[in-house]
Amino acid sequence: MSGANDPYDPKQVAALSAEALDAAVHAATEAFAAAGDLDALAAVRPAHLGDRAPILLARRELGALPPHARSDAGKRVNAARVAVTEAHAARLAVLEAERDERVLRQERVDVTLPWDRALPGARHPLTTLTDRISDVFVGMGYEIAEGPELEAEWLNFDALNTGPDHPARSLADTFFVAPEDSGLVLRTHTSPVQARTMLERRPPIYVVAPGRVYRTDELDATHTPVFHQVEGLAVDRGLTMAHLRGTLDHLARQLFGADALTRWRPHFFPFTEPSAEFDVWFPEHRDGPRWVEWGGCGMVNPRVLVACGIDPEEYTGFAFGMGIERALQFRSGVGDMRDIVEGDVRFTSAFGVEQ
Amino acid sequence: MKVPISWLSEHVDIPAGTTVEELDEAFVRLGFEVEEVLRAPVTTGPLVVGRVLDIEELTGFKKPIRYCQVEVGEEAPRGIVCGARNFAVDDLVVVALPGAVLPGGFAIAARNTYDHVSDGMICSVRELGIGEDHAGILVLGEVGFTPGTPAAGVLGLDDVVFDLEVTPDRGYAMSLRGIARDLAGALGVDWRDPAALTPPAWSGEPGWAVEVADPARCDRFSMLAMEGLDPAAPSPWELRRRLAQCGIRSISLAVDVTNIVMLELGQPMHAFDRDTVTGPITVRLASAGERLTTLDGVDRALTTDDLLIADESGPIGLAGVMGGASTEIGASTTAVLLEAAHWEPAGIGRGVRRHKLPSEAAKRFERGTDPDVTVVALARAAALLAEHGGAHVAGAPVDLDVRRPRPAIALDAGRPGRIAGVEYPPSQVVEVLQAIGATVEGDGQQLQVTPPSWRADLTDPADLVEEVVRYLGFDEIPSVLPTAPPGRGLTERQRRRRSIGRALADAGYVEAPSYPFVGEAQLDALGLPADDARRHLITLRNPLSEEAPAMRTTLLPGLLGTLARNLARGQRDVAVFEHGAVFPGGPRTQAPVPGVDRRPDDDVLAALLGAVPEQPWHVGVVLAGNVEPRGWWGPGRAGSWADAVQAARTVAAAAGVELTVRAGELAPWHPGRCAELLVGDGAEATVVGHAGELHPRVCAALDLPARTCAMELDVDALPAAPVAVGPHVSTFPPVLVDLALVVADAVPAADVEAALREGAGELLEVLRLFDLYTGAPVPAGSRSLAYALTLRAPDRTLTGEEANAARDAAIALAVERTGAVLRA
Repeated sequence: MSGANDPYDPKQVAALSAEALDAAVHAATEAFAAAGDLDALAAVRPAHLGDRAPILLARRELGALPPHARSDAGKRVNAARVAVTEAHAARLAVLEAERDERVLRQERVDVTLPWDRALPGARHPLTTLTDRISDVFVGMGYEIAEGPELEAEWLNFDALNTGPDHPARSLADTFFVAPEDSGLVLRTHTSPVQARTMLERRPPIYVVAPGRVYRTDELDATHTPVFHQVEGLAVDRGLTMAHLRGTLDHLARQLFGADALTRWRPHFFPFTEPSAEFDVWFPEHRDGPRWVEWGGCGMVNPRVLVACGIDPEEYTGFAFGMGIERALQFRSGVGDMRDIVEGDVRFTSAFGVEQ
Repeated sequence: MKVPISWLSEHVDIPAGTTVEELDEAFVRLGFEVEEVLRAPVTTGPLVVGRVLDIEELTGFKKPIRYCQVEVGEEAPRGIVCGARNFAVDDLVVVALPGAVLPGGFAIAARNTYDHVSDGMICSVRELGIGEDHAGILVLGEVGFTPGTPAAGVLGLDDVVFDLEVTPDRGYAMSLRGIARDLAGALGVDWRDPAALTPPAWSGEPGWAVEVADPARCDRFSMLAMEGLDPAAPSPWELRRRLAQCGIRSISLAVDVTNIVMLELGQPMHAFDRDTVTGPITVRLASAGERLTTLDGVDRALTTDDLLIADESGPIGLAGVMGGASTEIGASTTAVLLEAAHWEPAGIGRGVRRHKLPSEAAKRFERGTDPDVTVVALARAAALLAEHGGAHVAGAPVDLDVRRPRPAIALDAGRPGRIAGVEYPPSQVVEVLQAIGATVEGDGQQLQVTPPSWRADLTDPADLVEEVVRYLGFDEIPSVLPTAPPGRGLTERQRRRRSIGRALADAGYVEAPSYPFVGEAQLDALGLPADDARRHLITLRNPLSEEAPAMRTTLLPGLLGTLARNLARGQRDVAVFEHGAVFPGGPRTQAPVPGVDRRPDDDVLAALLGAVPEQPWHVGVVLAGNVEPRGWWGPGRAGSWADAVQAARTVAAAAGVELTVRAGELAPWHPGRCAELLVGDGAEATVVGHAGELHPRVCAALDLPARTCAMELDVDALPAAPVAVGPHVSTFPPVLVDLALVVADAVPAADVEAALREGAGELLEVLRLFDLYTGAPVPAGSRSLAYALTLRAPDRTLTGEEANAARDAAIALAVERTGAVLRA
């Protein structure tokens, strides 16, 4: 080691010579390249980048050089050091990538294994279809009206222009609550909700009333004594049958596709006049495109408006109703009504949480 | 209503070439649903009318056989063997000649039988496929057809019969006359009204004494007496064929004639055997205790609402519904009383339902008949009985007519268009109303419309509007979407129901709505005590089943039934839910029955709405088997009481409400495994439901797997969800602390947790029970509860001292409140 102030010629310090530094870089690069894995690389690293590595030792000699020579030599040493560091980093990156790839390959799993640890639940398609229909109307500005299933006979019949002698008001069609003078029935349609709405509110009224209704049919492939309807009611100034058709066409398109539309046949209901039954053109029917009977509709009978305190000279209204079971049957190709009502989880699960 | 097109064509000029499909569409457009298009089965080959010239009785066989000579329009008659005996020489019959193939592929050939060559076959109605009668061969009568005439037309084999559904308002359409008028209008062609006949000017004393004691129920009663009827005279084939096509059995000439007039004019008639009627006829209400044996042989107890035709012997007919047996036309009847009346429709309807007698006559009277045609119908029937039965009218007809004039209906000619959304010129409105038979007066805009006598259904302007729109076609109405005012969207309650359904489905439950009917036996199976509120039932007068005559007060019977059905069908792991109304019984008020001519008063309305019982919305789940299946990850996990309680928490979370749980005891749950579900705090807390494992006795009674679990809660009892408040999220580091407490088994974990929460104070961010341990070294009768606490301050990094202080305070309070001991 030389004294600080000795007038050295740096070229005479062998360790700082370009040749020596080149040799050191070369040796390091070779050694790194020869390292076959990360352990081998780690093993050879101290010899070339450790405190006793040639380039590091050479660097210590810089202090002995006179200032004019120090700059030159310093640059050389640094360059050599950078070259070795980079060579190490490059080799390290390669080896790490190799290792990572190997490890990830070893961690490979069978992604096709099932993981159905939770049983799948489902909502009943009657519920989801009801929600879907309701949403179509909410989107048009309608509100969803509700009423009780056990209903006042007056609201189920009288208020809807169905007088005491009407055939529907017999034990053969309607469930009556005991005792005989209870004045209560299981509602035979959701129409009493319309009556309730008209009795409670002033027009304009735009509501739909989905819900469960009852008739004394025996359960078979096409009938059920407990079923679901959705009915709509609009009462406003200037409403016409054209508006009724527009509304039903819109609903048909939302449920049955852009090409769906409705067709009307004159019919009779006590609470509407004129009255019609309507069919829907269903292009996706599983047995091919066809007209399917769907529901009933008409202009609210002025007598009903009067019983509910609405002036039929000022307002007109339209009403419509359809069976949800029926819609589900043809929309989803359900052949047997019993599948809809029996609660077999295999049936309902096929429909999932949303329909 | 069955309508043979051949008959209809006699009254309507149906354009040549009109197809069955076009007629079908026309009927549907008019509002007559086509239920079925009926055609006779196909017969091919030679089928002709024949006349029996000679009958040789063959003997020596097992049964009597005839060998007949039948003229079939050829040079020589044909010899035909026939086993039937209901015909005589000179009768016209239907002969299938060799080469004919009858319905069912029955090929006819000349063949040797009974030692003779049978050169064809004389056919029965059933062999021809036009009816069921096979008692003998079809005899067409003695006159009217030439032998050799092709029989297809005679038999109506080429005819088409439309079976139309007639809605209850359109009584007029229960006749050829009504259908013909509407169809002519729809096709735009001419037609002839079969009722447009002028009755002869009968003279003399009335044919019978009649009094109508109840003119409110019978405003026109007409009767005609006839004598000299040949009781053996058969109904002509034409008449029998039409009755058969219309689905009515041929009985005798007199009865067949009344039926054919009913089909043609829509006026039901009755024929009494005059010689069995004793004294004057009275139309009156029945007295209590009176009885009548009707034509169907049923002895009926009458009520004071039953309107009768009576004579001095008592009731002889249930007016408008069915005649009595004592005055029935028989094989020796030579004198008849023909009745044609107009009855008040609602009374007929009540009688039909009371006696369960939906006769063809009642079907028409109930819908309303044309009171104008009673005498026309008598004249028509009299003419037929004279022509075919040799009868003649005796005396003048009785015609008691107390009808009031029909009021005119005021109609603004613009109204139909305003309702339909279509521009109808006023002149067109008038034309349509006239076409349906109404008389229209007025200035062309403000109309006075008098409906025709056959349209009892037309009483309001709206009825006339319907006729105009129907006549001009519903297809003309355009499609226009109205603009509703902005709506409020779903209500909170509606949103909540959807959220609950989705949450339970997401949690693995399958929705299974069931019929809401229950019976005592089901409640017994649940072990409900005698004083349980769920035993207060609302019962039905006419339940579907006597086993389940009442409305449910709990969802559990339905859910458990669904569970059992799924298990019976081979499912092992079942978790189902239902939400819907229940119908608690208890004291009720009587619902008033206000009028319908105006809105009920507010008090009456309130009483009406108040009489309808509350029907709270419940949600329930039941589960059996595994809630997690076994798999390659390990064994499955059986559903337990805890899953049922968790289902309640899931419901509460979906509803945005906090639920507290404590031990409870209620049937049908296991007394030690029943959770009471509460909302609200302290004294305000309300029980809203229960969850847990079912009582083993209940599982046994219902044949359900042991440890079946259930939950039910009252959704309507859940309070409104508060608006959620966003918490301050601290970004300072947490301090995590674990601790274990040994507590007596009787101490609910919820109490320990509550004490820890309160003791730890505001620094506690999360508290979680992460382990529950029993066994050494924890003493028997106690258990170790291990909790993980996350402590964190909102505004600073907690120091060790602060964290320890919070931990110690939590432990201290738990020790104090629950007797817990900190586990070292």
